Amino acid sequence: MKKTLMKGNEAIAEAAIRAGCKCYFGYPITPQNEIGAYLSQHLHKKGGTFLQAESEIGAINMVYGCAATGTRCMTSSSSPGISLKTEGISYMVGADLPCVIVSVQRGGPGLGTIQPSQADYMQATKALGHGDVHVPVFAPCSVQEMVDITTEAFDLADEFLTPVVILLDGLLGQMMEPVSFGDDAVEQKREYPDWAVTGHENKREYRNITSLRLHPEELEETLIARQARMEGVKARTRSQAVNCEDADIVVVAYGTTARVIQSAMEMARAEGFKIGTFRPITVAPFPDKQIKAACKNAKQVLVVEMSLGQMVHDVKAALEFSVPVEFYGRQGGFVPGPEEIFEKIKEMTVSL
Amino acid sequence: MPKFSRPKSLVDKQTHFCPGCLHGIIHRIIAEVIDELDVEGTTIGVFPVGCGVFGYWYLGCDTVSASHGRACAVATGVKRARPDRLVFSYQGDGDMMAIGTGEAIHAAARGENFTSIFVNNAIYGMTGGQMAPTSMPGQKTQTTPFGRDTAAAGFPIKSVEMFATLDGVALAQRVSVHDAKHVREAKAAIKKAFEIQLRGEGFSVIEVLSTCPTNWGMTPTNSIKWLEENMIPYYPLGVTKEGAVK
Amino acid sequence: MSNNSNFKLHEILIAGFGGQGVLFAGKLLANIAMIDEREVTWMPSYGPAMRGGVCNCAVCISGTLIGSPVVHHPDTLICMNGPSFDKFVPNVRKGGTAYIDSSIIESTYDTNDFNCQYIPATTLATDNGLKPGLGIIVILGKVIKDTGITDLETVKKAIAETTHKTDMIDANVKAIEIGMSL
Repeated sequence: MKKTLMKGNEAIAEAAIRAGCKCYFGYPITPQNEIGAYLSQHLHKKGGTFLQAESEIGAINMVYGCAATGTRCMTSSSSPGISLKTEGISYMVGADLPCVIVSVQRGGPGLGTIQPSQADYMQATKALGHGDVHVPVFAPCSVQEMVDITTEAFDLADEFLTPVVILLDGLLGQMMEPVSFGDDAVEQKREYPDWAVTGHENKREYRNITSLRLHPEELEETLIARQARMEGVKARTRSQAVNCEDADIVVVAYGTTARVIQSAMEMARAEGFKIGTFRPITVAPFPDKQIKAACKNAKQVLVVEMSLGQMVHDVKAALEFSVPVEFYGRQGGFVPGPEEIFEKIKEMTVSL
Repeated sequence: MPKFSRPKSLVDKQTHFCPGCLHGIIHRIIAEVIDELDVEGTTIGVFPVGCGVFGYWYLGCDTVSASHGRACAVATGVKRARPDRLVFSYQGDGDMMAIGTGEAIHAAARGENFTSIFVNNAIYGMTGGQMAPTSMPGQKTQTTPFGRDTAAAGFPIKSVEMFATLDGVALAQRVSVHDAKHVREAKAAIKKAFEIQLRGEGFSVIEVLSTCPTNWGMTPTNSIKWLEENMIPYYPLGVTKEGAVK
Repeated sequence: MSNNSNFKLHEILIAGFGGQGVLFAGKLLANIAMIDEREVTWMPSYGPAMRGGVCNCAVCISGTLIGSPVVHHPDTLICMNGPSFDKFVPNVRKGGTAYIDSSIIESTYDTNDFNCQYIPATTLATDNGLKPGLGIIVILGKVIKDTGITDLETVKKAIAETTHKTDMIDANVKAIEIGMSL
């Protein structure tokens, strides 16, 4: 299959068009501007609409309106912009509306930095809006995986009627790698789903899309039904374990840092250290069972993140505190190098 | 002679509005216009938070609820996805001219081809009578207990005058529903706005002056009088801009 | 040129002023690696860092999966201006090579840890009737010859993939050939 060299941000935009995304609404913010720029150039060729909104709040609410009509749509932003979008995301969850949201993390709090960071893991997995909001989050680590996951994310959103987040960082967005998109599929004419607000044409009862549930019974019932539906997403959690069978230490990371721990493991293995790696590909729901299985023989676990330590809490909880979990992080836009992670591993092996 | 009856697109249901509230009249004239244009099956209404949020209980077309202030953004999303549908938003003064001013101004500036019906009753009804961006100078509300002091709380916003400055606007008009004559004029304005939209001419906004007897602390009769004597002089009725967007 | 099992990781950093073809040279290298069916990453400096004229990009080429696309210690550095000489030459990996355009940079670096090659690349380009912006491609030709990462056939294909200006293809090929002849 023919490969082309593409930036992560552009590849995700192209993948979205191929996945049948018809509308994009966004507001510029570094380091994800290539997504909007690419779509502004190409989406109209497939009959789609690109719209630069007046704000991130405007953009997510346009996505809400568009999704309500049963039209595939997406938005993208970066950390402070995602904070603004959380209002709309909560309403979308409350109204059971599908969409794809690309979150290209930068460093915070506040303006922080536009350099790579993983300091919005908590935001993506726990805090995308008020109320009992749980949104599936993918965390790819290569441009090809970003492309493949974009299609999957649109399908998952439609199947489970939920926003789906693709969590990246500035590095994955800016990096170019060879990527293939598969054959140009003949585009299927999509029927409007049977919940969408399309104008009833006097052929059915009128419909309303809302997140308002004023009666306690009604809201409780809706929440429980939604939770039951989202149980199905748990069956789709994905992860990758390498060399964990005999590993004394399993190193855990997602996204960019998952690439670096791979190099660190190779360094360590070359010097006789029994090291394995575990990479969650979906970080929400967290792959609890898979990480438990991967760490069943491990004496220690090391979590590496570009933050002060966020996913580490999910790892500890998933392992039910049965294995000592250490953390190694870099902040401020630094991507940890494999050497420093290997040093940390060596430090840990002293206590083995 | 035609018999006075419920419009087909107005659902046969008792409204939740307070006694003397004029929202019911505005709902009714929208339904009459929908019937006259025969667009019930091809209309999508957007109802954001405010007293009007339950519009979806009363109108027979498809509807979407929106969060407070975001109606114009939501309507933009709906209309961009379905340009073949008649799309309108039904917004209160907090929604349109406080929390959602950005969304409203930019939808208008883009010339989004939908209609915004903006009900201005100079107070926050649903939350219990706080000051609105359109509350009158000196008006007593829950959060201006000594009357709106313009030195501290600023001045009321005149929306259609502001919309008239934007090139994306095809129609900006202020109407009132405090008596039969004005109700008829309001209905004609809404019909004109929908027709402008059906011809694809750009953003249309109709500001409807209305009352809130409950939170104004007046009888319905006195509230009508207060609207006439206080609001109309400050918010003059009429068209501030009309003409297809070039 | 496949045989990936023995192909070791190359960590290449290219740095200079904006407009010197830094990103282009990196993309050319990345396209070469892609045509050769290697694993490859290309990573630019981005954001305000790229405003103000100094830019760089990192290219990693490997027979196996690439970990970090960030290059802290390049085994090959192409250095096209003074600020990047000061910033990046001291970071070259032991046993690596820094290629320095001596027609732009007058400084030299005294070390036994790695090799410094001083090539008057921009002058070589203009002396051969090429635009000064092709100096960086002259150095790339020298890098390709020294590292043996690919052959001229692949380079030609990659140039056609990388540049959209057909009239620039021959000039780029010529620049590569000058570099390979050094």
